[in-house]
Amino acid sequence: MDPLFEFLLRQGDNTLVLGHRISEWCGKAPVLEEDIALANTALDLIGQTQMWLGYAAEVEGAGRTADDLAFLRDAWDFRNLLLLERPNGDFGHTMMRQFLFDAYQIQNLKALEASSDPRIAEIAVKSGKEATYHLDRSRDTVIALGDGTSESNARMQSALDALWPYAGEMFLADEIDQAMAADHIAPLPLEYRAPWEAAVLPALAAAALKVPQDDFAHQGGKTGRRHSEHLGHMLATMQVLQRSYPGATW
Amino acid sequence: MVTLIRPDPAQIKAWLQDVPDPEIPVISVMDLGIVRDVSWRGDVLEIAVTPTYSGCPATSVIAMDIETALKQRGIDAVNIRTQLSPAWTTDWLTDGAKAKLEAYGIAPPRPAGGPAHCPHCKSKDVEKVSQFGSTPCKAQWRCQACLEPFDYFKCI
Ligand SMILES: [Zn+2]
Repeated sequence: MDPLFEFLLRQGDNTLVLGHRISEWCGKAPVLEEDIALANTALDLIGQTQMWLGYAAEVEGAGRTADDLAFLRDAWDFRNLLLLERPNGDFGHTMMRQFLFDAYQIQNLKALEASSDPRIAEIAVKSGKEATYHLDRSRDTVIALGDGTSESNARMQSALDALWPYAGEMFLADEIDQAMAADHIAPLPLEYRAPWEAAVLPALAAAALKVPQDDFAHQGGKTGRRHSEHLGHMLATMQVLQRSYPGATW
Repeated sequence: MVTLIRPDPAQIKAWLQDVPDPEIPVISVMDLGIVRDVSWRGDVLEIAVTPTYSGCPATSVIAMDIETALKQRGIDAVNIRTQLSPAWTTDWLTDGAKAKLEAYGIAPPRPAGGPAHCPHCKSKDVEKVSQFGSTPCKAQWRCQACLEPFDYFKCI
C-alpha cells in the first residue's frame, strides 16, 4: 500500500462524498437561491475530486482513471471522513455538516499549499479559493439559522449535537499521516485542531449554540475500517449507471 | 511536396479572440484569461488552458470550441493541456472584457467585493441576493433603484 495513494484517496473521497451528498439537494432545496448555491458547491467539490482522484490514479499506476476510482470501488475502499457520508437531514443539518468540514478543509488546503509535492500544492491552491468561498457561506448560514427563530435554533442545536461526535475524526492521525508528515507532504491533522476551533467556536457562539462537552469521536472512515451503512446506500445511487452498464460513456 | 504551415502563436491568439466563452458569449476565451500558453511542439500545437472553477462544466466545451476554431483555420494537430498553476484569478480578465460584461448586464468583478453599481441603471443602491448564481463564476445581486436582478462576476 503506497501511503501517497492512500492520502490522495482521502482527499478525493472527502470531496467526492460531500459533493455527492449535497448534490442530492438539487431541485428540492428550501429556496431557489439555496438550491443553486448547493449545486454550485457540489460542482466545485466534484471538480476538486477529479484533480485529487486523477492524481491518485496516476500515482497508483495501475491504469485506473479518476472515474474508475469514483464509480467502481466499493464502500470498504473509500477513505472519506464519516462526517461526510452522514445523510443530509434537514437543510440546517446539511449546512452544519458543511460548516464543520469547510472550517477544517480550509486549514488542510492552506497547509497543503506548502506541500513538498508540487502537484498537491497546485491542487490545494486551486481548491483553496473555492473552499474559502464555501466557508463564508456555510458560516453565515449557520449563524443566521442558529441565531434565528426558536425553531431554527433548536434544529441547529440538534444538528450540532448529532454531528459533533463525527468532527474528531478530522484530527486523528495514523501511519499514513505519519508517512506524509515525514516526507513534508502534509502536516499531521492534529495541527489543524486549534485553528479549526478558533474559527468554529466563535461562530457557534454567535449562532447561540451550545458546544457539546463530550469529546467522543467516531472513527473508521478515513482508514476505511468501519464506514457507516449510509455510505453503501449513497454509492448504490451514485454508482448505479456504471454498475448496470459497465463502461458506458456518452 | 507537402509544406506544413505553422502559424505564429501571436496569430493563433488573435484567432482565439473570436472563440466565445460558451456561457458568457460576449467575452472570448482570451478575454477571460484562461489561455495560458500557445506554442508549437514539433507539428503539434499545444495550448495550455486553466479552468476558471475546478468543476466548471464549460471547461470541456471550451476545449472543444478551441479545437473546432483551429480546425477551421487548417490546424488539425492540437493538444489542449490543462494547467492548474498559477490558479486562475479574475485579475486576468482584460479591461475590455470588464466593459463587455457590464454592457451585457453582468457587473464585473471588483477586489472590494461586490459590484460598483447596477449594470442596468448604474445606481449604487444594490444588495446581494445569493453568493452563488447561474454559473460557478457568478453571484446574484439586485438593484434597489430599478429593482432588476443582475449577475455579479465573483472576484477570486
Ligand atoms: Zn438598477
